[in-house]
Amino acid sequence: MSEVTYLEAIREALIEEMERDSDVFCLGEDIGAYGGAFKVTEGLMSRYGAERVIDTPISEAAIIGAAAGAAHMGMRPVCEMQFIDFISTGYDMLTNYVATARYRAMLPCPMVVRGPSGGYVRGGPFHSQNPEAAFLHTPGLKIVYPATASDAKGLLKSAIRDEDCVLYFEHKYLYRRIKEEMPAGDHLTPIGKARVAREGKDVSIITYAATVWKALDAAEQVEKEDGLSVEVIDLRTLLPMDDEAIVATVKKTNRVLIVHEDTRTGGVAGEITSRINESAFEWLDAPILRVTAADVPLPYSPPLEDYVLPQTSDIVLALRKLAAY
Amino acid sequence: MRLTRSLEERLVNLYRQTKVVGGLFRSLGQEADAVGSAYALDRSKGDILSPLIRNLGSMLVQGAKPNEIIKQYMAKGDSPTRGRELNIHYGDLVRGFIGQISHLGDMVPVMAGVTLSFKMRKEDRVGLVYVGDGATSTGAFHEGINFAAVQRCPLVVVVENNGYAYSTPLSKQTAAKHLVDKAIGYGIAGEQADGNDVIATYEVTKRAVDRARSGGGVTLIELMTYRRKGHAEHDNQSYVPAGEIDRWAAQNDPVDRYIKRLLDEGFEKSELSTIDARVKGEIDRATDEAEASPMPEPRDALVGIYADPPDIEPLWFREGVKSAVEVHERPASWGTHDV
Repeated sequence: MSEVTYLEAIREALIEEMERDSDVFCLGEDIGAYGGAFKVTEGLMSRYGAERVIDTPISEAAIIGAAAGAAHMGMRPVCEMQFIDFISTGYDMLTNYVATARYRAMLPCPMVVRGPSGGYVRGGPFHSQNPEAAFLHTPGLKIVYPATASDAKGLLKSAIRDEDCVLYFEHKYLYRRIKEEMPAGDHLTPIGKARVAREGKDVSIITYAATVWKALDAAEQVEKEDGLSVEVIDLRTLLPMDDEAIVATVKKTNRVLIVHEDTRTGGVAGEITSRINESAFEWLDAPILRVTAADVPLPYSPPLEDYVLPQTSDIVLALRKLAAY
Repeated sequence: MRLTRSLEERLVNLYRQTKVVGGLFRSLGQEADAVGSAYALDRSKGDILSPLIRNLGSMLVQGAKPNEIIKQYMAKGDSPTRGRELNIHYGDLVRGFIGQISHLGDMVPVMAGVTLSFKMRKEDRVGLVYVGDGATSTGAFHEGINFAAVQRCPLVVVVENNGYAYSTPLSKQTAAKHLVDKAIGYGIAGEQADGNDVIATYEVTKRAVDRARSGGGVTLIELMTYRRKGHAEHDNQSYVPAGEIDRWAAQNDPVDRYIKRLLDEGFEKSELSTIDARVKGEIDRATDEAEASPMPEPRDALVGIYADPPDIEPLWFREGVKSAVEVHERPASWGTHDV
């Protein structure tokens, strides 16, 4: 079997699920004839027709709202946000309508909202966002954010089969930069389960998405230069959060660094820190550190973007600080 | 219409006895538009409507029961939403109505999706969504109706123009002369009718339903009516010009108009009083049942956010409160599809 990129893995997941279940359909802007802004859905329309690969008006609220209505009736819609930054225009539909549907009205809402996310691509403030924390606060939604090609495939397939709404963030920096052989057969990555991306015993990094790769680079560097053994936890799912995996790594290394690409204040790292504080405080030998983006809209120019976003060198610095504490 | 009006009058009594937990929303004077339009749907075909807050009548047509409505208002544990949602905010896909949320306009894209699924599955079904004059100003209304128009979804959008959105008169809501004019901009059919004439309301909606069912796409219907009560029961309507409400009550009450029509057509007064007595009996029994119903078990609040997990753990300072997972299961008749 040949290797498959992160982007191709997403497409494979869509094709396999559309083949498996005629209720699965895609809707979004420019996803049909054009194949999507990043070509994730390329070829889908010729394969499944305009009825199942729907080019929509520029209307995120309509895309998400219509997906919800179709999902109530038993369909399995997969919505594409052309860039995940635009999900904010569908925020009301997602948080007020979709997320509450099962609880307030016993209305099933099995749907996926996916879209290219993240920076390191010189996209500027409106084509680089990581809005996961805005939704982490909403009971009723699930959030996944794969870092590897096989998880990109496995999580999307699981998300499409989930009985609730899953926000599926895909990192556009990883689209064509990483590739791997896909596991054989019907590959499903469980939602809600983290992955140990690297075993270690001195310090833990808890992270997800593109910064998993920066964490792995940093871990390798401090192993070589400082003899430190660093464990890297790839959360994969942010909601529901895998508390078991988080506590297990805290108990193993007693030192925790949380890394994410999103901005700092009100970010996912704060939530993880609080959970560790509540359930594993006595296992800590050092304060929990965070490496995150600075609290600014993401700027466009390379020196500015590089300065704002977490870099491998920042992670190395934090690891050394923690190890020395 | 009689059931709608009498049920709301009973709710007013319960409200004054402080037995209604939240606010009370009336449709006094506009019962005909909800009832007449809902009768244009074909329940045997599985048509679905999405009511707004003044469309209790449309839900009753679809089979909602007075005891459910009263339990909802009284926040009872065995109400359709088990005490999670208020008033008429509930639905039942089997009987063909979907519960609204408070965010006006949001049900338009949702019903666009419901009817998109009818189209995709080649089902012979139609959807109807109600909005008020105020909701036509929202982005969701525009996005939903535009998307449904492009997809030629079998959807009827009923704009119930009752003159006010809370305290805001139509003249401050829109510069459009008529709300039905918006249909032109979406490239869909538009019709306006007298919302206080239940037969006219039925007929205009029936044309739209037939159009939708035969592949003719979306219709926007503007039903002209008038809101004689405030936004909710607490609202003193100080913003309404003097005499306006009395004039509508005296000259254009939809129930009075329909009674007159029935009598003119040869119905006996005794037939109408039989209906009144039946309605009163039903509401009395519903009230008794609702009053005797239990309030929810507190821990039921943690059930049903997700299909999996079915419930969440209580916070540590709430531990020890009795679990209610098994207490108020939803009656089977309120089923959705097989989830």
